Amino acid sequence: MNTHLKEYEPIVGTQILEELYLLAEKAKGWSVQNINSTSVGGGVAEILNRMIPLLQELGVKARWDVIKGGEKFYKVTKKFHNALHGKAEDISPDDFTAFLETGEMNCKTMELAGDIIFVHDPQPITLINRKDDHKGKWIWRCHIDVSNPDQRVWSFLRPFIDRYDSAVFSAPSFGQELPIRQFLIAPSIDPLSDKNKDLPQETIDLVLQKYHLDLAKPMVTQISRFDYLKDPLGVIDAFEIVQQHVDCQLVLAGGEATDDPESTEVLTKTRERAQANPDIHVLAIPSGSDIEINALQRASSVVVQKSIKEGFGLTVAEALWKAKPVVASAVGGITLQVTHKYSGLLSHSVEGAAYAIKQLLQNPDYAKRLGENGREHVRQNFLLTRHLRDYLLVFLSLFHEGDIIHL
Amino acid sequence: MAQVEPIRTHEPFHFSTRLHLRELTGLRAKNLKELLEHIKTVPGSVIYHHTHHFLIQHQYLSPEPPNDFAYWVTEVLNERELGERLASINTCEFTTIRALRNKIAETIEQFLNQKRGKFLKEADEGREFHFIKSISFIFPTPYTASNLKEFVSVLKKITIHSIYFHIFEARLRLEKETNDFSLWLETALEEKNLAKQIARLDPYTHTLEGLRDKIIRLIEAKLGKK
Repeated sequence: MNTHLKEYEPIVGTQILEELYLLAEKAKGWSVQNINSTSVGGGVAEILNRMIPLLQELGVKARWDVIKGGEKFYKVTKKFHNALHGKAEDISPDDFTAFLETGEMNCKTMELAGDIIFVHDPQPITLINRKDDHKGKWIWRCHIDVSNPDQRVWSFLRPFIDRYDSAVFSAPSFGQELPIRQFLIAPSIDPLSDKNKDLPQETIDLVLQKYHLDLAKPMVTQISRFDYLKDPLGVIDAFEIVQQHVDCQLVLAGGEATDDPESTEVLTKTRERAQANPDIHVLAIPSGSDIEINALQRASSVVVQKSIKEGFGLTVAEALWKAKPVVASAVGGITLQVTHKYSGLLSHSVEGAAYAIKQLLQNPDYAKRLGENGREHVRQNFLLTRHLRDYLLVFLSLFHEGDIIHL
Repeated sequence: MAQVEPIRTHEPFHFSTRLHLRELTGLRAKNLKELLEHIKTVPGSVIYHHTHHFLIQHQYLSPEPPNDFAYWVTEVLNERELGERLASINTCEFTTIRALRNKIAETIEQFLNQKRGKFLKEADEGREFHFIKSISFIFPTPYTASNLKEFVSVLKKITIHSIYFHIFEARLRLEKETNDFSLWLETALEEKNLAKQIARLDPYTHTLEGLRDKIIRLIEAKLGKK
């Protein structure tokens, strides 16, 4: 069921909505076509699912299309994804060819119908080859941490990126010296979605019972896809250090995204590693089980996000919105969300993460204060309404020059 | 006793608002020398961003940190003395971004001269300073005021973005001599004293909500006297 903007009023205030309506007047009637590679799983699909109906409500003709690709294509794009995050990947010339072939096929079949074509992430990037026959404005939205990308993949993508009118990145350190304008827009969470709305205690308890979790034992949780870059094995290492002093349980929960063939392998390895420890619960939750994820986050004493690289880390914003104390790696967009010792604790190692988790479990008042500050920070900066506003501003920037624009 | 109506003007105040988008420049600095080099050459909109965005982004905090340069120099380079000097630059004193930029550059330059020959601290990988430009979108709101009573009632309901625009952006970025509120109060309503009181506030040491409250209190005190 779609939510309406009016429903956000009690959360963000009348004034913010009023401003959004005024701004949207300037973009009314424009058509914006979003294109990405998957309709389910992962943060991008999640944001688009919520964003499209709200843009429509504001009078923008927003639509969403998904490119097609086979198993080989997605294997290659996963390698690209890792390489752009700086991980060493074995990418053959054949892989580049497979990427281009699928790109070409999508170029032939994709119906383009927008004043603005909004392309998300590298998978559909080659659609820019249609720029000559589709005269609208083109934006490339990069959701990946490209602060230190593998140069081979980055140079391969550059000729495509350079032809867009603008690019959008999620954190300041992802910006590159490019010949096109690049904007900084953090993603957001939807406070009214199943994943973030308030839940009655009974619902939370039912979920805990379903997964055989101990209602009385403090719970440390990491919610994320099973992916090397999320470091689930590192989380287990940190948890076992904590466990030496505090009686607690660990939940590692996540779904599998359709564009992520690596996740099965990581899930198996995580299960093997956790097998001998009865206090570690590895839960592969089918994508779409948002209320369950919400319940797990709400039941947690500490939420961890020990990523090695992170585009933004929406799970951090989700936990902060629930006023949970967070321990997270100081990488990518996480540093925009967590100010160390103010709205959570940042760590750089397994030992550091363990120390921070222990501190929070043993000092509930301190943990509570960090969580509350975090919630306020998310309210001001990382809710969907702010994201909608930024997208409208990017659309407007495509048609106005200069640094001070009078609308 | 008949109530005295506040003076009505034929030049109503039109409330505008301002939203901003952050544009990445791709420029980064990992030590003071690079920081200074870029501060001297980047567009004014970059200096403006790094000395003002905290007002909107961290509005629930007490007014810290005062500017990104001071924060980075202190927290990342651990140059506390310079950090303090940069933090105490009084943005209120400057009526143009050009002048503010010169003061920041001069402060860093002096410090580097003192340090000549000494080891220059480098930021750890991933903690470089990233230069960002502020793009302002200014548009009218439906609210207007023709007297003090109407003015204060609008002040209570407009967004902090509108207050920000009329107080900060109008004065420094659009290079008017004072803020929009004081200008109108003085010229259209002949409220010289009130205009002066608002102009004298140091807006950089308030949160935006705190600033809103203060201005409302000043005007209500004046209305109470009438």
